[in-house]
Amino acid sequence: MTTDAKRLAWKMADRIGTFVCVVVVISPALFFFLWMLSLSLKYEIDNGAYPPVFIPTRIAWQNYAGVFASNNFLLYFWNSIVVTGSATLLALIVGVPAGYGIARMKADRSAIVIMIARMTPGLSFLIPMFLIFQWLGLLGTLVPQIIIHLVVTVPIVIWIMIGYFETTPIELEEAAMIDGAGRWQTFWRVTLPIARPGIVVAMILSVIFSWNNFVFGVVLAGRETRTLPVAVYNMLSFEQVSWGPLAAAALVVTLPVLVLTVLAQRQIVAGLTAGAVKGG
Amino acid sequence: MSQAASSAALAPSNEAAPKRRGGLTPSYWPFVVPALAVVVATILAPWAFTLWMSVSEWKVGEGQHFVGLENFLHLLSDRRFGQSVRTTLIYTGLSVVAPLLLGTLSALLFNRKLPCRGLLRGIFVMPMMATPVAIALVWTMMFHPQLGVLNYLLSLIGIEPQDWVFSPDTVIPSLVLVETWQWTPLVMLIVLGGLASLPQDPYEAAEIDGASAWQRFRYLTLPMIMPFLLVAATIRMIDALKSFDIIYAITQGGPGTASETTNLYLYSVAFSYSNVGYGSAIAVVFFALIVALSLLLLQLRRSSGRMAGLE
Repeated sequence: MTTDAKRLAWKMADRIGTFVCVVVVISPALFFFLWMLSLSLKYEIDNGAYPPVFIPTRIAWQNYAGVFASNNFLLYFWNSIVVTGSATLLALIVGVPAGYGIARMKADRSAIVIMIARMTPGLSFLIPMFLIFQWLGLLGTLVPQIIIHLVVTVPIVIWIMIGYFETTPIELEEAAMIDGAGRWQTFWRVTLPIARPGIVVAMILSVIFSWNNFVFGVVLAGRETRTLPVAVYNMLSFEQVSWGPLAAAALVVTLPVLVLTVLAQRQIVAGLTAGAVKGG
Repeated sequence: MSQAASSAALAPSNEAAPKRRGGLTPSYWPFVVPALAVVVATILAPWAFTLWMSVSEWKVGEGQHFVGLENFLHLLSDRRFGQSVRTTLIYTGLSVVAPLLLGTLSALLFNRKLPCRGLLRGIFVMPMMATPVAIALVWTMMFHPQLGVLNYLLSLIGIEPQDWVFSPDTVIPSLVLVETWQWTPLVMLIVLGGLASLPQDPYEAAEIDGASAWQRFRYLTLPMIMPFLLVAATIRMIDALKSFDIIYAITQGGPGTASETTNLYLYSVAFSYSNVGYGSAIAVVFFALIVALSLLLLQLRRSSGRMAGLE
């Protein structure tokens, strides 16, 4: 064998070796989600079988039909959309300009408030908020949850937007101002369009962490105002212990997030490594 | 906005920058004020309220009166609280070390050339983005001693069945397993960012000198990614200390109080026993613990930065 051929063979072996190692590394994640899918598609007999059945021969679609038909599931889905949507929208409205202002003023120290929010256990916001909302008589509505979700979404948006605006050039804005544009006009016409990719990243992460939030709902939500994570948890504790419908419900709750993760994988990775933020 | 206009503006603006920036700074305030109001209302005000409650005797539905430091003194003799701090520290220690080791290893792998890198990375990241309660539910089924798939997998490699989260002895390692599974990807992403920023020259020099792969990792890569590892460790520590969803949904602190971390104890006191005064005192001490440990790691980061000549 010539040295070239040897080197090529070596390179191929190296590639294949790396690939195999990576498959091993991702297998716990892959196995988990496939097993979740498998549980959700099986009849009770197959879910209780030992040794376990991995690929069922008959498929229990009724697990999914049951999830949507039963106990207010659509209401809870709607609640989740309203809470996550409102909390993200409000966070973008106040957070994007704030990130811009902080980046342009080079007021990096104000980010310390965000670090404090990051370090504070969610429960310590909950005690005072719970009392205030009880006092205001708002506990039966979605308002308390929308407001407390801002604790998660606003810091994420500000944090990511500071990082993003620090890397966008100031020259374009200065040119616009020399041309006679006001500060708000410059922000609205020049800065925002450039910042669109950053806003998308902030929005995606805000949506995901708000959607996933459990602890706020478990305290603040009543029977009519549960979000999906709380609803699924309640299914576990009160209603049934059959695994098929439970796994189906769990998958439906987390599916929007998983789809978003795979579709926007690049943006999510960029956002998380830039700010290394997490809500809750 | 034309390219010509922007580059024409570039030269004069650079010259004027130092003078102008000072003068214009205050007018960026209107951009920040709405967010400031939200932060004050949702983060700072609740904090002030919590501090006030922590020096009060206050149960939901009953009156409130000032008791000074009594709640904090009571904490000192509260054995369940002491136990919860111990559990939290053990849980956190394990939940920092395991993801840090596995995350660094997988970052080294993902840093190499790979087919379908994006897709593989997307799958790898899924556990940390998925809804924690949904995940916890499926893990509970997998932990089931008789019907769970984990004991079946163990039996395939000849290990006897475990009780997982159903025994006080194994509940913490089992929950750490879930936490590690969930958060290794975050460590991986942070370290991967570090690896991508490494200069190539030292490696070429090392190759010429005939350094082995291990030597290159130990004496080049590791010192250079140390700041990233410490950032990852800090973030991981804060999140592990605050961990709630997974533990609450899988064990609710049980069996008994074997997996009751401080955060779960805080929840019980404030919302199961409705003792918001005492709960607030726990929240204050708990927050102080988180800040203290974070500052400790920050200190470590400073000194390692000096060692690597970065600061």
